[in-house]
Amino acid sequence: MTPALAVIIGVFVLAIALGLMARRGHVMSLEQWSVGGRGFGSVFVFLLMAGEIYTTFTFLGGSGWAYGKGAPAFYILCYGAIAYSVSYFLLPIVWRYAQTRRLVSQADFFVAKYESKTLGVVVALVSVAALVPYLVLQLKGLGIIVSEASGGVITQAVAVWTSSIALVGYVVVSGVRGSAWTSALKDVMILAAAVGIGVYLPLHYFGGYRAMFEAVEAAKPGALTLPASGMSPAWFISTVLLTATGFYMWPQFFAGVYTARSENVFRKNAVILPLYQLVVLFVFFTGFAAMLVVPGLKGAAADLSLLRIVEQSFGSWTVGAIGAAGLLTALVPGSMILITAGTIISQNIYRVMAPAASDRTVSLVARSLVPVLTLVAVILTLRGGQTLVVLLLMGYNFVTQLFPALILSLGERQRVSAASAIAGIVAGELTVVFLTVTSASVATLLPGAPQMVKDLNVGFVALAVNAVVLTVVALATRVETPVVTELERTR
Amino acid sequence: MRRYRWLAAIPTLGMLGGVPFANRVHPYVLGLPFLLAWIVVWVVITSLVMALIYLLDSKRDAELASTAATSPDDSRSS
Repeated sequence: MTPALAVIIGVFVLAIALGLMARRGHVMSLEQWSVGGRGFGSVFVFLLMAGEIYTTFTFLGGSGWAYGKGAPAFYILCYGAIAYSVSYFLLPIVWRYAQTRRLVSQADFFVAKYESKTLGVVVALVSVAALVPYLVLQLKGLGIIVSEASGGVITQAVAVWTSSIALVGYVVVSGVRGSAWTSALKDVMILAAAVGIGVYLPLHYFGGYRAMFEAVEAAKPGALTLPASGMSPAWFISTVLLTATGFYMWPQFFAGVYTARSENVFRKNAVILPLYQLVVLFVFFTGFAAMLVVPGLKGAAADLSLLRIVEQSFGSWTVGAIGAAGLLTALVPGSMILITAGTIISQNIYRVMAPAASDRTVSLVARSLVPVLTLVAVILTLRGGQTLVVLLLMGYNFVTQLFPALILSLGERQRVSAASAIAGIVAGELTVVFLTVTSASVATLLPGAPQMVKDLNVGFVALAVNAVVLTVVALATRVETPVVTELERTR
Repeated sequence: MRRYRWLAAIPTLGMLGGVPFANRVHPYVLGLPFLLAWIVVWVVITSLVMALIYLLDSKRDAELASTAATSPDDSRSS
Protein backbone atom coordinates (compact mmCIF):
# COMPACT_ATOMS: atom_id res chain seq x y z
CA MET A 1 0.00 0.00 0.00
CA THR A 2 1.35 3.43 -0.95
CA PRO A 3 1.37 6.23 1.66
CA ALA A 4 -1.22 8.09 -0.47
CA LEU A 5 -3.62 5.19 -0.25
CA ALA A 6 -3.09 4.86 3.50
CA VAL A 7 -3.86 8.56 4.06
CA ILE A 8 -7.02 8.39 1.95
CA ILE A 9 -8.33 5.29 3.68
CA GLY A 10 -7.41 6.71 7.13
CA VAL A 11 -9.26 9.98 6.56
CA PHE A 12 -12.20 8.13 5.04
CA VAL A 13 -12.54 5.89 8.11
CA LEU A 14 -12.18 8.90 10.43
CA ALA A 15 -14.91 10.80 8.55
CA ILE A 16 -17.33 7.89 8.68
CA ALA A 17 -16.62 7.37 12.40
CA LEU A 18 -17.30 11.07 13.08
CA GLY A 19 -20.46 10.89 11.00
CA LEU A 20 -21.74 7.89 12.93
CA MET A 21 -20.80 9.26 16.35
CA ALA A 22 -22.59 12.55 15.66
CA ARG A 23 -25.87 10.85 16.51
CA ARG A 24 -24.98 10.21 20.15
CA GLY A 25 -27.48 11.56 22.66
CA HIS A 26 -30.20 12.39 20.12
CA VAL A 27 -33.44 10.64 19.30
CA MET A 28 -33.82 10.85 15.53
CA SER A 29 -37.20 12.41 14.80
CA LEU A 30 -37.61 13.93 11.33
CA GLU A 31 -36.95 17.37 12.77
CA GLN A 32 -33.76 16.14 14.40
CA TRP A 33 -32.61 14.23 11.33
CA SER A 34 -33.37 16.95 8.75
CA VAL A 35 -32.64 20.18 10.61
CA GLY A 36 -30.72 19.11 13.74
CA GLY A 37 -33.59 20.04 16.07
CA ARG A 38 -32.97 23.72 15.13
CA GLY A 39 -30.23 23.85 17.72
CA PHE A 40 -27.03 24.63 15.75
CA GLY A 41 -24.94 27.61 16.83
CA SER A 42 -22.75 29.85 14.68
CA VAL A 43 -19.93 27.35 14.25
CA PHE A 44 -22.05 24.45 13.02
CA VAL A 45 -24.11 26.63 10.70
CA PHE A 46 -20.90 28.17 9.39
CA LEU A 47 -19.50 24.71 8.74
CA LEU A 48 -22.64 23.63 6.92
CA MET A 49 -22.71 26.78 4.80
CA ALA A 50 -19.00 26.66 4.10
CA GLY A 51 -19.35 22.94 3.49
CA GLU A 52 -21.55 23.83 0.59
CA ILE A 53 -19.05 26.21 -0.98
CA TYR A 54 -16.14 23.82 -1.16
CA THR A 55 -17.65 21.02 -3.13
CA THR A 56 -15.76 18.94 -5.67
CA PHE A 57 -16.88 21.58 -8.13
CA THR A 58 -14.77 24.28 -6.50
CA PHE A 59 -11.85 21.96 -6.10
CA LEU A 60 -11.71 20.28 -9.52
CA GLY A 61 -14.01 22.57 -11.53
CA GLY A 62 -12.43 25.78 -10.20
CA SER A 63 -8.93 24.70 -11.12
CA GLY A 64 -10.26 23.09 -14.30
CA TRP A 65 -11.85 26.34 -15.45
CA ALA A 66 -8.74 28.38 -14.67
CA TYR A 67 -6.71 25.77 -16.56
CA GLY A 68 -8.98 25.45 -19.57
CA LYS A 69 -10.64 28.86 -19.84
CA GLY A 70 -8.58 31.32 -17.80
CA ALA A 71 -10.23 34.52 -16.53
CA PRO A 72 -13.87 33.39 -16.98
CA ALA A 73 -13.20 31.13 -13.95
CA PHE A 74 -13.13 34.26 -11.77
CA TYR A 75 -16.93 34.27 -11.77
CA ILE A 76 -16.75 31.56 -9.09
CA LEU A 77 -15.16 34.09 -6.74
CA CYS A 78 -17.85 36.73 -7.34
CA TYR A 79 -21.22 35.08 -6.95
CA GLY A 80 -20.64 33.83 -3.43
CA ALA A 81 -19.73 37.29 -2.12
CA ILE A 82 -22.92 38.73 -3.61
CA ALA A 83 -25.11 35.89 -2.35
CA TYR A 84 -23.67 36.32 1.15
CA SER A 85 -24.43 40.01 1.28
CA VAL A 86 -28.02 39.22 0.27
CA SER A 87 -28.14 36.41 2.84
CA TYR A 88 -27.77 38.95 5.64
CA PHE A 89 -31.27 40.20 4.86
CA LEU A 90 -32.91 37.14 3.30
CA LEU A 91 -32.03 34.34 5.71
CA PRO A 92 -33.30 35.87 8.97
CA ILE A 93 -36.74 36.32 7.33
CA VAL A 94 -36.76 32.71 6.12
CA TRP A 95 -35.48 31.42 9.47
CA ARG A 96 -38.06 33.29 11.56
CA TYR A 97 -40.95 32.01 9.45
CA ALA A 98 -39.66 28.43 9.41
CA GLN A 99 -39.01 28.50 13.16
CA THR A 100 -42.56 29.46 14.15
CA ARG A 101 -44.12 26.93 11.75
CA ARG A 102 -41.62 24.14 12.43
CA LEU A 103 -40.84 23.68 8.74
CA VAL A 104 -38.35 20.97 7.73
CA SER A 105 -37.95 21.46 3.99
CA GLN A 106 -37.74 24.23 1.43
CA ALA A 107 -40.95 22.98 -0.20
CA ASP A 108 -42.64 23.37 3.23
CA PHE A 109 -41.89 27.08 3.02
CA PHE A 110 -43.79 27.39 -0.26
CA VAL A 111 -46.65 25.20 1.06
CA ALA A 112 -47.09 27.43 4.12
CA LYS A 113 -46.69 30.75 2.34
CA TYR A 114 -48.96 29.95 -0.60
CA GLU A 115 -51.27 27.61 1.36
CA SER A 116 -50.94 25.06 -1.42
CA LYS A 117 -49.77 21.46 -1.13
CA THR A 118 -49.78 21.22 -4.92
CA LEU A 119 -47.15 23.94 -5.11
CA GLY A 120 -45.22 21.92 -2.51
CA VAL A 121 -45.28 18.89 -4.80
CA VAL A 122 -44.08 20.98 -7.76
CA VAL A 123 -41.22 22.47 -5.72
CA ALA A 124 -40.34 19.01 -4.40
CA LEU A 125 -40.11 17.59 -7.92
CA VAL A 126 -37.93 20.49 -9.06
CA SER A 127 -35.70 19.98 -6.03
CA VAL A 128 -35.19 16.29 -6.66
CA ALA A 129 -34.55 16.92 -10.37
CA ALA A 130 -31.78 19.36 -9.40
CA LEU A 131 -30.38 17.42 -6.45
CA VAL A 132 -29.82 14.11 -8.21
CA PRO A 133 -27.49 15.59 -10.89
CA TYR A 134 -25.72 17.51 -8.14
CA LEU A 135 -25.15 14.29 -6.24
CA VAL A 136 -23.94 12.63 -9.42
CA LEU A 137 -21.52 15.52 -9.82
CA GLN A 138 -20.12 14.95 -6.34
CA LEU A 139 -19.76 11.20 -6.87
CA LYS A 140 -18.10 11.72 -10.25
CA GLY A 141 -15.60 14.06 -8.61
CA LEU A 142 -15.05 11.62 -5.80
CA GLY A 143 -14.34 8.78 -8.22
CA ILE A 144 -11.84 10.88 -10.17
CA ILE A 145 -10.04 12.16 -7.08
CA VAL A 146 -9.69 8.84 -5.31
CA SER A 147 -8.65 6.85 -8.35
CA GLU A 148 -6.12 9.50 -9.42
CA ALA A 149 -4.68 9.98 -5.94
CA SER A 150 -4.38 6.25 -5.37
CA GLY A 151 -2.43 5.97 -8.62
CA GLY A 152 -5.20 3.90 -10.19
CA VAL A 153 -5.03 1.20 -7.49
CA ILE A 154 -8.61 2.01 -6.55
CA THR A 155 -10.77 2.22 -9.66
CA GLN A 156 -13.43 4.92 -9.97
CA ALA A 157 -16.18 2.32 -9.69
CA VAL A 158 -14.76 0.87 -6.47
CA ALA A 159 -14.28 4.37 -4.99
CA VAL A 160 -17.83 5.42 -5.86
CA TRP A 161 -19.45 2.23 -4.56
CA THR A 162 -17.47 2.11 -1.29
CA SER A 163 -18.00 5.79 -0.48
CA SER A 164 -21.68 5.62 -1.37
CA ILE A 165 -22.32 2.69 0.96
CA ALA A 166 -20.51 4.45 3.83
CA LEU A 167 -22.34 7.67 3.01
CA VAL A 168 -25.72 5.94 3.19
CA GLY A 169 -24.71 4.46 6.54
CA TYR A 170 -23.90 7.66 8.33
CA VAL A 171 -26.62 9.72 6.68
CA VAL A 172 -29.32 7.24 7.75
CA VAL A 173 -27.92 7.05 11.28
CA SER A 174 -27.03 10.67 12.08
CA GLY A 175 -28.77 12.93 9.57
CA VAL A 176 -27.59 16.52 9.37
CA ARG A 177 -25.53 16.18 12.58
CA GLY A 178 -23.29 13.77 10.69
CA SER A 179 -22.86 16.36 7.92
CA ALA A 180 -21.87 19.03 10.43
CA TRP A 181 -19.26 16.87 12.13
CA THR A 182 -17.66 15.57 8.93
CA SER A 183 -17.75 19.15 7.68
CA ALA A 184 -15.42 20.21 10.48
CA LEU A 185 -12.83 17.66 9.40
CA LYS A 186 -13.31 18.62 5.78
CA ASP A 187 -12.80 22.33 6.31
CA VAL A 188 -9.52 21.82 8.12
CA MET A 189 -8.24 19.53 5.38
CA ILE A 190 -9.42 21.61 2.44
CA LEU A 191 -8.00 24.81 3.89
CA ALA A 192 -4.64 23.18 4.41
CA ALA A 193 -4.68 21.43 1.03
CA ALA A 194 -5.99 24.23 -1.19
CA VAL A 195 -4.00 27.03 0.41
CA GLY A 196 -0.91 24.87 0.77
CA ILE A 197 -0.63 23.87 -2.87
CA GLY A 198 -1.88 27.23 -4.13
CA VAL A 199 0.85 29.05 -2.23
CA TYR A 200 3.59 26.54 -2.99
CA LEU A 201 3.19 25.75 -6.69
CA PRO A 202 3.60 29.28 -8.15
CA LEU A 203 6.67 29.86 -5.94
CA HIS A 204 8.17 26.49 -6.75
CA TYR A 205 7.76 26.58 -10.53
CA PHE A 206 7.90 30.29 -11.30
CA GLY A 207 9.50 31.95 -8.28
CA GLY A 208 6.45 34.13 -7.58
CA TYR A 209 2.84 34.92 -8.37
CA ARG A 210 3.43 37.77 -10.75
CA ALA A 211 6.07 35.72 -12.53
CA MET A 212 3.58 32.88 -12.96
CA PHE A 213 0.88 35.16 -14.36
CA GLU A 214 3.38 36.77 -16.74
CA ALA A 215 4.38 33.34 -17.97
CA VAL A 216 0.72 32.44 -18.46
CA GLU A 217 0.11 35.65 -20.40
CA ALA A 218 3.17 34.97 -22.57
CA ALA A 219 2.17 31.37 -23.31
CA LYS A 220 -1.53 32.04 -23.79
CA PRO A 221 -2.15 35.73 -24.54
CA GLY A 222 -5.60 36.79 -23.34
CA ALA A 223 -5.97 34.02 -20.76
CA LEU A 224 -6.03 36.51 -17.89
CA THR A 225 -8.77 38.74 -19.27
CA LEU A 226 -12.29 38.14 -20.53
CA PRO A 227 -12.56 37.85 -24.33
CA ALA A 228 -14.47 40.48 -26.34
CA SER A 229 -17.13 37.97 -27.37
CA GLY A 230 -18.32 34.67 -25.95
CA MET A 231 -17.29 34.67 -22.29
CA SER A 232 -17.20 38.45 -22.39
CA PRO A 233 -17.85 40.94 -19.57
CA ALA A 234 -21.57 40.72 -20.47
CA TRP A 235 -21.45 36.95 -20.03
CA PHE A 236 -19.50 37.34 -16.82
CA ILE A 237 -21.86 39.83 -15.17
CA SER A 238 -25.01 37.97 -16.21
CA THR A 239 -23.60 34.63 -15.06
CA VAL A 240 -22.56 36.02 -11.68
CA LEU A 241 -26.01 37.57 -11.14
CA LEU A 242 -27.83 34.44 -12.24
CA THR A 243 -25.69 32.18 -10.06
CA ALA A 244 -26.05 34.49 -7.05
CA THR A 245 -29.84 34.41 -7.61
CA GLY A 246 -29.90 30.64 -7.54
CA PHE A 247 -27.44 30.28 -4.64
CA TYR A 248 -29.93 30.07 -1.76
CA MET A 249 -32.57 28.38 -3.90
CA TRP A 250 -30.70 25.09 -3.49
CA PRO A 251 -32.96 23.04 -1.21
CA GLN A 252 -30.11 21.70 0.96
CA PHE A 253 -28.89 25.25 1.53
CA PHE A 254 -32.34 26.51 2.34
CA ALA A 255 -32.94 23.67 4.81
CA GLY A 256 -29.50 24.34 6.29
CA VAL A 257 -30.90 27.72 7.33
CA TYR A 258 -33.46 25.93 9.52
CA THR A 259 -30.74 24.27 11.60
CA ALA A 260 -29.74 27.58 13.23
CA ARG A 261 -30.52 28.36 16.84
CA SER A 262 -30.90 32.09 16.26
CA GLU A 263 -31.08 34.50 13.34
CA ASN A 264 -27.98 36.34 14.42
CA VAL A 265 -25.97 33.37 13.15
CA PHE A 266 -26.67 34.41 9.54
CA ARG A 267 -25.61 37.99 10.10
CA LYS A 268 -22.27 36.90 11.50
CA ASN A 269 -21.80 34.42 8.68
CA ALA A 270 -22.54 37.09 6.07
CA VAL A 271 -19.51 38.99 7.39
CA ILE A 272 -17.11 36.04 7.48
CA LEU A 273 -18.07 33.90 4.50
CA PRO A 274 -16.97 36.32 1.73
CA LEU A 275 -13.45 36.34 3.17
CA TYR A 276 -13.48 32.60 3.68
CA GLN A 277 -14.39 32.20 0.07
CA LEU A 278 -11.07 33.70 -0.98
CA VAL A 279 -9.64 30.19 -0.57
CA VAL A 280 -10.90 29.69 -4.12
CA LEU A 281 -8.16 32.09 -5.20
CA PHE A 282 -5.57 29.47 -4.32
CA VAL A 283 -7.47 26.90 -6.34
CA PHE A 284 -7.15 29.27 -9.31
CA PHE A 285 -3.39 29.61 -8.70
CA THR A 286 -3.12 25.85 -8.93
CA GLY A 287 -5.11 25.81 -12.17
CA PHE A 288 -2.89 28.49 -13.75
CA ALA A 289 0.29 26.76 -12.64
CA ALA A 290 -1.03 23.51 -14.13
CA MET A 291 -1.72 25.32 -17.41
CA LEU A 292 2.04 25.59 -17.96
CA VAL A 293 3.35 22.62 -15.99
CA VAL A 294 0.97 19.89 -17.18
CA PRO A 295 -0.39 21.25 -20.49
CA GLY A 296 -2.49 19.36 -23.01
CA LEU A 297 -5.55 18.27 -20.98
CA LYS A 298 -8.54 18.96 -23.20
CA GLY A 299 -12.27 19.32 -22.47
CA ALA A 300 -13.47 17.27 -19.52
CA ALA A 301 -9.87 16.23 -18.76
CA ALA A 302 -9.19 19.85 -17.67
CA ASP A 303 -10.86 18.91 -14.39
CA LEU A 304 -7.91 16.59 -13.77
CA SER A 305 -5.37 19.43 -13.94
CA LEU A 306 -5.18 19.95 -10.17
CA LEU A 307 -4.56 16.28 -9.47
CA ARG A 308 -2.01 15.93 -12.27
CA ILE A 309 0.14 18.83 -11.11
CA VAL A 310 -0.06 17.61 -7.52
CA GLU A 311 1.09 14.13 -8.55
CA GLN A 312 3.96 15.62 -10.50
CA SER A 313 5.07 18.02 -7.77
CA PHE A 314 4.67 16.22 -4.48
CA GLY A 315 5.43 12.97 -2.73
CA SER A 316 2.93 10.25 -2.07
CA TRP A 317 1.92 11.55 1.40
CA THR A 318 0.86 14.94 0.06
CA VAL A 319 -0.97 13.38 -2.87
CA GLY A 320 -2.86 11.29 -0.34
CA ALA A 321 -3.75 14.32 1.77
CA ILE A 322 -5.06 16.18 -1.30
CA GLY A 323 -6.97 13.09 -2.38
CA ALA A 324 -8.49 12.77 1.09
CA ALA A 325 -9.48 16.44 1.15
CA GLY A 326 -11.08 15.96 -2.27
CA LEU A 327 -12.92 12.90 -1.02
CA LEU A 328 -14.41 14.95 1.82
CA THR A 329 -15.47 17.74 -0.56
CA ALA A 330 -17.73 15.13 -2.14
CA LEU A 331 -18.94 13.36 1.00
CA VAL A 332 -20.17 16.41 2.94
CA PRO A 333 -22.33 18.02 0.23
CA GLY A 334 -23.38 14.50 -0.80
CA SER A 335 -24.72 13.81 2.68
CA MET A 336 -26.64 17.08 2.76
CA ILE A 337 -28.14 16.40 -0.65
CA LEU A 338 -29.32 12.96 0.46
CA ILE A 339 -30.88 14.26 3.68
CA THR A 340 -32.64 17.06 1.83
CA ALA A 341 -33.92 14.87 -0.99
CA GLY A 342 -35.16 12.22 1.47
CA THR A 343 -36.91 14.84 3.59
CA ILE A 344 -38.54 16.55 0.62
CA ILE A 345 -39.88 13.38 -0.97
CA SER A 346 -41.30 12.02 2.30
CA GLN A 347 -42.60 15.32 3.65
CA ASN A 348 -43.88 17.03 0.52
CA ILE A 349 -44.80 14.16 -1.80
CA TYR A 350 -45.40 11.02 0.31
CA ARG A 351 -47.31 12.83 3.07
CA VAL A 352 -49.56 14.47 0.48
CA MET A 353 -50.39 11.08 -1.05
CA ALA A 354 -50.85 9.43 2.37
CA PRO A 355 -52.28 12.15 4.65
CA ALA A 356 -52.97 9.63 7.42
CA ALA A 357 -49.28 8.73 7.78
CA SER A 358 -47.82 9.37 11.23
CA ASP A 359 -44.70 11.49 11.81
CA ARG A 360 -42.85 8.30 12.61
CA THR A 361 -43.74 6.76 9.25
CA VAL A 362 -42.76 9.92 7.36
CA SER A 363 -39.43 9.96 9.15
CA LEU A 364 -38.90 6.30 8.29
CA VAL A 365 -39.75 6.93 4.63
CA ALA A 366 -37.26 9.81 4.53
CA ARG A 367 -34.45 7.59 5.72
CA SER A 368 -35.45 4.62 3.59
CA LEU A 369 -35.18 6.84 0.52
CA VAL A 370 -31.49 7.50 1.15
CA PRO A 371 -30.21 4.16 -0.20
CA VAL A 372 -32.63 4.35 -3.14
CA LEU A 373 -31.50 7.83 -4.17
CA THR A 374 -27.87 6.87 -3.73
CA LEU A 375 -28.28 3.83 -5.94
CA VAL A 376 -29.81 5.96 -8.69
CA ALA A 377 -26.95 8.45 -8.42
CA VAL A 378 -24.29 5.73 -8.46
CA ILE A 379 -25.73 4.20 -11.61
CA LEU A 380 -25.89 7.61 -13.31
CA THR A 381 -22.32 8.36 -12.19
CA LEU A 382 -20.82 5.18 -13.53
CA ARG A 383 -22.58 5.44 -16.87
CA GLY A 384 -20.50 8.53 -17.62
CA GLY A 385 -21.49 11.76 -19.32
CA GLN A 386 -20.70 15.45 -19.44
CA THR A 387 -18.03 17.48 -17.71
CA LEU A 388 -18.53 18.67 -14.13
CA VAL A 389 -19.53 22.24 -14.85
CA VAL A 390 -22.23 21.58 -17.44
CA LEU A 391 -24.04 19.21 -15.08
CA LEU A 392 -24.00 21.78 -12.33
CA LEU A 393 -25.27 24.56 -14.56
CA MET A 394 -28.36 22.55 -15.52
CA GLY A 395 -29.23 21.86 -11.86
CA TYR A 396 -28.49 25.46 -11.07
CA ASN A 397 -30.98 26.65 -13.67
CA PHE A 398 -33.59 24.28 -12.25
CA VAL A 399 -33.45 25.68 -8.72
CA THR A 400 -33.08 29.28 -9.90
CA GLN A 401 -36.64 29.03 -11.23
CA LEU A 402 -37.88 29.02 -7.61
CA PHE A 403 -36.53 32.53 -7.08
CA PRO A 404 -39.46 34.70 -8.35
CA ALA A 405 -42.06 32.75 -6.34
CA LEU A 406 -39.89 32.87 -3.22
CA ILE A 407 -39.20 36.59 -3.37
CA LEU A 408 -42.88 37.36 -3.93
CA SER A 409 -43.79 35.36 -0.82
CA LEU A 410 -41.49 37.18 1.60
CA GLY A 411 -43.93 39.97 2.49
CA GLU A 412 -46.25 39.78 5.46
CA ARG A 413 -49.28 39.17 3.26
CA GLN A 414 -49.44 36.81 0.30
CA ARG A 415 -50.08 38.86 -2.83
CA VAL A 416 -49.90 36.35 -5.68
CA SER A 417 -51.79 33.07 -6.06
CA ALA A 418 -50.35 29.58 -5.81
CA ALA A 419 -51.58 28.94 -9.35
CA SER A 420 -49.36 31.73 -10.68
CA ALA A 421 -46.32 30.43 -8.78
CA ILE A 422 -46.89 26.94 -10.18
CA ALA A 423 -47.41 28.26 -13.72
CA GLY A 424 -44.23 30.36 -13.52
CA ILE A 425 -42.08 27.55 -12.16
CA VAL A 426 -43.37 24.97 -14.66
CA ALA A 427 -42.91 27.37 -17.60
CA GLY A 428 -39.39 28.21 -16.39
CA GLU A 429 -38.38 24.56 -15.98
CA LEU A 430 -39.71 23.61 -19.41
CA THR A 431 -37.68 26.46 -20.88
CA VAL A 432 -34.54 25.22 -19.08
CA VAL A 433 -35.05 21.73 -20.49
CA PHE A 434 -35.70 23.09 -23.98
CA LEU A 435 -32.63 25.34 -23.88
CA THR A 436 -30.42 22.53 -22.59
CA VAL A 437 -31.67 19.90 -25.04
CA THR A 438 -31.27 22.22 -28.03
CA SER A 439 -28.05 23.66 -26.51
CA ALA A 440 -29.41 27.09 -27.27
CA SER A 441 -27.69 30.37 -26.40
CA VAL A 442 -28.95 33.92 -26.67
CA ALA A 443 -26.89 34.12 -29.87
CA THR A 444 -28.82 31.23 -31.48
CA LEU A 445 -32.16 32.58 -30.22
CA LEU A 446 -31.56 36.17 -31.32
CA PRO A 447 -29.00 36.05 -34.14
CA GLY A 448 -29.55 39.74 -34.96
CA ALA A 449 -28.88 41.06 -31.46
CA PRO A 450 -25.79 43.10 -30.56
CA GLN A 451 -22.82 41.04 -29.33
CA MET A 452 -23.33 42.16 -25.73
CA VAL A 453 -26.87 40.77 -25.69
CA LYS A 454 -25.78 37.57 -27.44
CA ASP A 455 -23.30 36.85 -24.66
CA LEU A 456 -25.84 37.06 -21.84
CA ASN A 457 -26.25 33.84 -19.91
CA VAL A 458 -29.09 31.91 -21.50
CA GLY A 459 -30.44 31.05 -18.05
CA PHE A 460 -31.96 34.52 -17.96
CA VAL A 461 -34.30 33.52 -20.79
CA ALA A 462 -35.85 30.82 -18.60
CA LEU A 463 -36.09 33.21 -15.66
CA ALA A 464 -37.77 35.82 -17.87
CA VAL A 465 -40.31 33.29 -19.25
CA ASN A 466 -40.99 32.27 -15.64
CA ALA A 467 -41.54 35.86 -14.48
CA VAL A 468 -43.80 36.74 -17.42
CA VAL A 469 -46.00 33.64 -17.03
CA LEU A 470 -46.17 34.20 -13.27
CA THR A 471 -47.25 37.81 -13.73
CA VAL A 472 -49.90 37.02 -16.35
CA VAL A 473 -51.44 34.20 -14.28
CA ALA A 474 -51.22 36.28 -11.10
CA LEU A 475 -53.22 39.05 -12.77
CA ALA A 476 -55.76 36.56 -14.18
CA THR A 477 -56.26 34.82 -10.83
CA ARG A 478 -56.34 38.02 -8.81
CA VAL A 479 -59.98 37.41 -7.79
CA GLU A 480 -58.77 34.82 -5.30
CA THR A 481 -56.70 37.30 -3.37
CA PRO A 482 -59.47 38.86 -1.23
CA VAL A 483 -60.54 35.38 -0.11
CA VAL A 484 -57.00 34.56 1.02
CA THR A 485 -56.77 37.91 2.82
CA GLU A 486 -60.06 37.18 4.55
CA LEU A 487 -58.77 33.86 5.76
CA GLU A 488 -55.59 35.51 7.01
CA ARG A 489 -57.62 38.02 8.95
CA THR A 490 -59.87 35.52 10.71
CA ARG A 491 -56.83 33.73 12.17
CA MET B 1 -35.15 53.53 9.71
CA ARG B 2 -32.18 51.50 8.68
CA ARG B 3 -31.12 53.35 5.55
CA TYR B 4 -27.50 52.37 6.08
CA ARG B 5 -28.49 48.87 4.99
CA TRP B 6 -28.38 50.11 1.39
CA LEU B 7 -24.59 50.12 1.77
CA ALA B 8 -24.79 46.39 1.11
CA ALA B 9 -25.46 47.13 -2.57
CA ILE B 10 -22.13 48.92 -3.03
CA PRO B 11 -19.84 45.87 -3.30
CA THR B 12 -22.07 44.18 -5.87
CA LEU B 13 -22.35 47.33 -7.98
CA GLY B 14 -18.65 48.04 -7.67
CA MET B 15 -17.47 44.54 -8.39
CA LEU B 16 -19.69 43.84 -11.39
CA GLY B 17 -20.08 47.37 -12.69
CA GLY B 18 -16.32 47.69 -12.88
CA VAL B 19 -15.67 44.44 -14.75
CA PRO B 20 -15.84 45.94 -18.28
CA PHE B 21 -13.27 48.60 -17.24
CA ALA B 22 -11.12 46.37 -15.05
CA ASN B 23 -10.83 43.72 -17.77
CA ARG B 24 -7.07 44.07 -18.26
CA VAL B 25 -3.81 42.46 -17.20
CA HIS B 26 -1.81 45.59 -16.26
CA PRO B 27 -1.07 46.99 -13.77
CA TYR B 28 -0.36 44.01 -11.55
CA VAL B 29 -1.59 44.46 -7.97
CA LEU B 30 0.07 42.33 -5.29
CA GLY B 31 1.25 39.95 -7.99
CA LEU B 32 -2.24 39.50 -9.41
CA PRO B 33 -3.37 40.54 -12.90
CA PHE B 34 -5.61 43.59 -12.65
CA LEU B 35 -8.98 41.88 -13.28
CA LEU B 36 -8.36 39.26 -10.59
CA ALA B 37 -7.06 41.88 -8.14
CA TRP B 38 -10.16 43.99 -8.79
CA ILE B 39 -12.43 41.09 -7.86
CA VAL B 40 -10.41 40.10 -4.79
CA VAL B 41 -10.44 43.67 -3.46
CA TRP B 42 -14.22 43.83 -3.85
CA VAL B 43 -14.69 40.51 -2.08
CA VAL B 44 -12.73 41.93 0.86
CA ILE B 45 -14.81 45.13 0.73
CA THR B 46 -17.96 42.97 0.83
CA SER B 47 -16.87 41.56 4.18
CA LEU B 48 -15.99 45.01 5.52
CA VAL B 49 -19.30 46.55 4.46
CA MET B 50 -21.27 43.65 5.95
CA ALA B 51 -19.30 44.02 9.19
CA LEU B 52 -20.19 47.71 9.27
CA ILE B 53 -23.90 46.95 8.75
CA TYR B 54 -23.71 44.28 11.43
CA LEU B 55 -22.28 46.77 13.92
CA LEU B 56 -24.84 49.44 13.07
CA ASP B 57 -27.66 46.89 13.33
CA SER B 58 -26.40 45.66 16.71
CA LYS B 59 -26.25 49.23 17.97
CA ARG B 60 -29.76 49.92 16.71
CA ASP B 61 -31.13 46.70 18.24
CA ALA B 62 -29.62 47.67 21.58
CA GLU B 63 -31.24 51.12 21.36
CA LEU B 64 -34.61 49.59 20.51
CA ALA B 65 -34.27 47.12 23.37
CA SER B 66 -33.68 49.93 25.87
CA THR B 67 -36.71 51.88 24.51
CA ALA B 68 -38.81 48.73 24.68
CA ALA B 69 -37.79 48.33 28.33
CA THR B 70 -39.26 51.75 29.17
CA SER B 71 -42.43 51.46 27.04
CA PRO B 72 -44.67 48.38 27.46
CA ASP B 73 -45.24 47.46 23.77
CA ASP B 74 -42.48 45.78 21.84
CA SER B 75 -41.67 48.03 18.87
CA ARG B 76 -38.98 45.85 17.37
CA SER B 77 -39.36 46.62 13.68
CA SER B 78 -36.76 47.31 11.05
